[in-house]
Amino acid sequence: MTETSNPAASAAREWPLWEVFVRSKQGLEHKHCGSLHAADAQQALQMARDVYTRRQEGVSIWVVPSASITASAPDDKAEFFEPMGDKIYRHPTFYEIPDDVGHM
Amino acid sequence: MYTPAMDLPDPAARLQAVPAAPDSRQADLQVGFDARIDADRKIEPQDWMPEPYRKTLVRQISQHAHSEIIGMQPEGNWISRAPSLKRKAILLAKVQDEGGHGLYLYSAVETLGVSRDQVLDALHTGKAKYSSIFNYPTLTWADVGVIGWLVDGAAIMNQIPICRCSYGPYARAMIRICKEESFHQRQGYESLLTLMKGTQAQRDMVQDAVNRWWWPVLAMFGPPDGDSPNSAQGMRWGIKRISNDELRQKFVDATVPQARILGVTLPDPDLRWNDQTGRHDYGAIDWDEFWAVVNGNGPCNKERLATRVKAHEDGRWVRDAALAHARKQQARAMKEAA
Repeated sequence: MTETSNPAASAAREWPLWEVFVRSKQGLEHKHCGSLHAADAQQALQMARDVYTRRQEGVSIWVVPSASITASAPDDKAEFFEPMGDKIYRHPTFYEIPDDVGHM
Repeated sequence: MYTPAMDLPDPAARLQAVPAAPDSRQADLQVGFDARIDADRKIEPQDWMPEPYRKTLVRQISQHAHSEIIGMQPEGNWISRAPSLKRKAILLAKVQDEGGHGLYLYSAVETLGVSRDQVLDALHTGKAKYSSIFNYPTLTWADVGVIGWLVDGAAIMNQIPICRCSYGPYARAMIRICKEESFHQRQGYESLLTLMKGTQAQRDMVQDAVNRWWWPVLAMFGPPDGDSPNSAQGMRWGIKRISNDELRQKFVDATVPQARILGVTLPDPDLRWNDQTGRHDYGAIDWDEFWAVVNGNGPCNKERLATRVKAHEDGRWVRDAALAHARKQQARAMKEAA
């Protein structure tokens, strides 16, 4: 795995990693589309434009340092999400309504 | 999310995308992984995966990324010599796309717990391979068109099945790439059509380029199925979907009518339609040449790598200066806030 002799020294010279979110058009949310390395936020924005919107795929870009994102742990997937699994009464299809009522 | 390193400020810790698990748990994890692959569901960076799966992906995605980056060179040589402003603008856009494709793929490979520097280091020291096709020279302007038509055509054939790859970040990068790749092939073919409507010398130039690129392009699909021991495992893991020989056959069948419309001859006396199979038969590929090029002895291997390493070295002061500037700005901002 350690292809380079000293990954720590190498990482100190590597530009930090940023996650890129692009809004494809007004009215839609920003959507994660990839990541890139850049020295600072301004450069990350310019790079994101060149890497991810060469064909006008966006009208707005967010860049976020990858290290600032906290993600849910994959090992806790069960405990974290399953409590919602048996709460089927949160879905409209749980309720039987006579057909005569029409669309509701 | 694209990186397993997000919560791990310690740079050494990002090297462990897959945490070690005790043996009994390992078996459970393996069962869960296999079930997910069998159900054709995706594996994401933070999910457990067997070490050989991860290693195979690191190797394949980084080779793919390197191919995009090295692939900028043969065409890049013609940017300053393009015959018109229109062709120059098109070629610039295409070469920029190749750079972009390399970056999407480097991002995907980093989600597997290797750093960008490690991946680049493997390329620069010759440890990592890239597609053998880019070790052939672009001798004339027609080569640029033929690369678009045949090399990008072969790449599309290869890449479309990878859009369904079991590893999420790789599949997503490939979808983005395939969307852009179609322009590459069409601009090449159209450029050749234009040349074929020109003088006899221009038509000869196209035929000469086709003669030189045809066989290396067929070899791009990799060794015959019988000689590709890793293919079965790649198929099992949902990394590879269609075999080398099948992709090659599809490419030949798709290309023959295109060559006819263009008015060029594909340089293979054994190439003919087979009524029985409903496909084209084609001649034997020179695999000795393929392996010689893969192993570093193609016409341009040394030049390509040297150009890449020089670009990286020459850019070092820029990378260092940008980082130093960013740190200085950050320190100043913190001091003002304090």
